[in-house]
Amino acid sequence: MIESNQKTGILNIDGTLYETNLTKKYLEKKPWTEPDKRQYVSHIPGTVVQIMVKEGQQVKKGTPMIILEAMKMNNIALVPLDGTVKKIYVTEGQKIPKGTLMIEFE
Amino acid sequence: MAVKKKILELQKKREEALQGGGEKAIEKQHAMGKLTARSRILSLVDDNSFNEYDLFVQHDARDFGMDKKVLHGDGVVIGTGTIEGDPIGIFAQDFTVAGGSLGSMHAKKITKIMDHALKLRMPLIGINDSGGARIQEGVNALAGYGEIFYRNTIASGVIPQLSVILGPCAGGAVYSPALTDFVFVVDKISKMFITGPEVIKTVLGEEISAEDLGGAKVHSQITGNAHFYAESEEECFEQIKKLLSFIPWSNTQQAKKYPPKSPRPEYNIDEIIPEDKTKPYDVRNVIKAIVDDSDFLEVQEYWATNVVIGFARINGETVGFVCNQPLVLAGVLDVDSSDKAARFIRFCDAFNIPIVTLVDLPGYLPGIDQEHAGVIRHGAKLLYAYSEATVPKITLILRKAYGGGYIAMSSRHLRADFVFAWPDAEIAVMGPEGAANIIFKKDIAAAPNPEEVRQQKIQEYKDKFANPYVAAAKGYIDSVITPQETRNLMIHCLDISVNKDIENTVPYKKHGLPPF
Repeated sequence: MIESNQKTGILNIDGTLYETNLTKKYLEKKPWTEPDKRQYVSHIPGTVVQIMVKEGQQVKKGTPMIILEAMKMNNIALVPLDGTVKKIYVTEGQKIPKGTLMIEFE
Repeated sequence: MAVKKKILELQKKREEALQGGGEKAIEKQHAMGKLTARSRILSLVDDNSFNEYDLFVQHDARDFGMDKKVLHGDGVVIGTGTIEGDPIGIFAQDFTVAGGSLGSMHAKKITKIMDHALKLRMPLIGINDSGGARIQEGVNALAGYGEIFYRNTIASGVIPQLSVILGPCAGGAVYSPALTDFVFVVDKISKMFITGPEVIKTVLGEEISAEDLGGAKVHSQITGNAHFYAESEEECFEQIKKLLSFIPWSNTQQAKKYPPKSPRPEYNIDEIIPEDKTKPYDVRNVIKAIVDDSDFLEVQEYWATNVVIGFARINGETVGFVCNQPLVLAGVLDVDSSDKAARFIRFCDAFNIPIVTLVDLPGYLPGIDQEHAGVIRHGAKLLYAYSEATVPKITLILRKAYGGGYIAMSSRHLRADFVFAWPDAEIAVMGPEGAANIIFKKDIAAAPNPEEVRQQKIQEYKDKFANPYVAAAKGYIDSVITPQETRNLMIHCLDISVNKDIENTVPYKKHGLPPF
């Protein structure tokens, strides 16, 4: 048997409230947030090969900051804005999944 | 006598080849809870009906010491047989022989039976149980997969193609099942993925079991790749036989007719739908109250459950049901349910199976996730599939048909042949609450007692539009009928549709461009 992953609940469609089962996919959908340029997130899973910036360093938009090896390719991540490196969340040699916060700027 | 000697020699050769990978490998296969390739075929086909071909095929690989290896039948069993008297072509990969790995001769056996099934216009069943490409054979193995995919595509819509995943089916190999019409999986035995857990671990550092990555439950509930889920191989074979009983041998045939039966008395068509339109019910009970012996074979039972699809018979004739399911997400259409229904409609249309659509939906699922997941593109598939389908199409509006959902669910405008509604049906742009809030926004806001006025306006809107007669007055629906009249009317519609003219309904084209 496949266990149901649904829960009873209320669904609002055009102002009418319907009694119905809500699916896991519906219940677990992530709320949308506006992308924040100051938070640099990995767009692809891979291994951090080299970090070329330091915390506290002033940086210019477009400067290479991290080499991320993914699918046998070295991808160079560029600084997304003019600012300061606030915190680096990854270390060289670390394997990271997609969507990992790598560097925070201010 | 010389001939007798030759016959004995043949028997010996057969016995040897039928050993497959040998006793030890067979023991291993059994220990994994799996049957062997030949016993799988024999459990599926009618007794004494299976004829095997290419038993003596040998691989032609010469590198990496392969020239010294004998692989009986090259790891796959092919043949023809009958199921409930109807012909089928079948192949089953033999995991006991080199892990069922696919080399060039293995692939040639599969494509031989595919060509055979297509030429003879009979369903093709593929049992997949293979470690993947035989790496020693290099690009020849890849060429083999390509030849299979091409034939899957060419045979699509001509003969029914069933894929049964009874072991690993990984990498490029998964695309053959994905190109076929129905995929069967068995708990703990089936595994399907493009990149397996090992690759994911090495490349991404993420650990996941094969079961959690691409097991039977995952493909039945999350991805929608599988159409039928079973707990055991035996149950799976019963599902295959049942499905085959509902569908024709090919696109030039009709499904077999069975002796008509009445719906079972425990499904009382008058007592299924709650009067309150915001209350849920299980639309499968409505189907069971209409169809022969209340026997409904649901397809993709665990995925995108806000729409219900499947086969049943009305007066002995196979029909495909497409129904909104108010029990789940109020029966809304969304990305997955549109995909699910659209593909099923195209199957029915390709194989001459009339489509019955039961409508009860409040519209499309609102949400940023839905918009970003491409509900426009996916939702369009449903409109396309209904508009394009030329098989008899019967639509019954049970309760609500609002907005774009009304149009999409096999409306008159998309060329349904018959459109009916039950007396309780509401056909409108949206529900009374939403409509009143928009139309009477100013009146409500200006009133000293806005809530009271809102309720009053909702009632006003309900009285005017929340019924089937506005649509009936325009001829958009053909009749307003009682639940009790439903089955007989459907039998009548199916009876008078046998000669439906489908010539010249569309201009000449090479093919259309459905939004996939």
